[in-house]
Amino acid sequence: MLTFLALTSVALLGIVPEQSQAIAIYTGWERHALVGSDIRLSCSFFSWRWTSEDVTFSWTYRPDGSRDSISIFHYTGGAAYVDNKGPFRDRLEFVGNPGRRDGSILLKNLELNDNGTFTCDAKNPPDIVGRPSSVRLLVFEKVPIQAGVITGAIIGVVLGLLVLIVVIYYLMRFLVARRVFSLSVSKHGKKKKEGSQQRQIKV
Amino acid sequence: MLLILLGVLILHVIILILLIVSTAASAWSVADNSGKDLWYKCSTNNGGYHCQPSSNEDWIQAVQALMILSVLFCFFSLIAFLYQLFRLVKGGRFFFTAIFQILASVFVMCGAIIYTVMRPDDGTHTNFGYAYVLAWVAFPMCLISGLIYIVLRKKE
Repeated sequence: MLTFLALTSVALLGIVPEQSQAIAIYTGWERHALVGSDIRLSCSFFSWRWTSEDVTFSWTYRPDGSRDSISIFHYTGGAAYVDNKGPFRDRLEFVGNPGRRDGSILLKNLELNDNGTFTCDAKNPPDIVGRPSSVRLLVFEKVPIQAGVITGAIIGVVLGLLVLIVVIYYLMRFLVARRVFSLSVSKHGKKKKEGSQQRQIKV
Repeated sequence: MLLILLGVLILHVIILILLIVSTAASAWSVADNSGKDLWYKCSTNNGGYHCQPSSNEDWIQAVQALMILSVLFCFFSLIAFLYQLFRLVKGGRFFFTAIFQILASVFVMCGAIIYTVMRPDDGTHTNFGYAYVLAWVAFPMCLISGLIYIVLRKKE
């Protein structure tokens, strides 16, 4: 009875994933970069099958505000084909490792026109059913400041200084009361700190 | 004597309320149907009342910080006034209260000046809103209140 159950479970484990498996592609969600810099767009996938020799990666690019995609990269049959006519000619390089399921590309010398959505589609025959994944590229002239950073910094510094001054004030009063420093009390209730002479005399 | 005390306290509370309203209301610049700064850009068009967050530029964040600090310091000075009212030696001056109040007025002044100078000159939003006016009104009131606290002495 037990062996029968074990055998059925092993068989089910072998059958069910094969029917419900699909390739899962992972890219980032959003990438930020400065004008003129390089950026690596990573793409990897998960598949229940071993990595086949016919694994393919392809990247397409859709500029912001446009509805058309253009294909910019394709890897198939062990060879990588980069864009040689489109917006990324001479600026695209394949830096992935298909054997390790990595289909990342490197975009060099970014321009402001490169804002857009990059979609990676990977296929691992016979595991070909899956959804392509997209990463959004935002190119900035200079790094934008997040909301509230400077506000918090200014408030924190001023309140910190306030706390520091209060602490030092009470510390001085405490030290005076313990006669570590010697002071002279003027008739208006103000306290002045004497020089080292009095300290030497007291000691 | 009690009348002076009451008057000074009411003035302080009014200044605190003015500062809070000026800091919290997003109406430093107004246009036809919209107000913006310090926190939100809100507009009323036929679709309804839409707000989006204000721009994150460094000078707006500095004005936000200075206004918040002025509210905090005005509040601290109120607490210090109430504390010193009962604990000060006879004939003493309200120095702590005055220092905090004057610092609050300096912060409001800096915030209002930075906003005036750095405001972008685009087509919409060219008029100054009521929150901006309140900030400028609160500054001299705060300064005068601080000077009153310097002059004020606890009754012998």
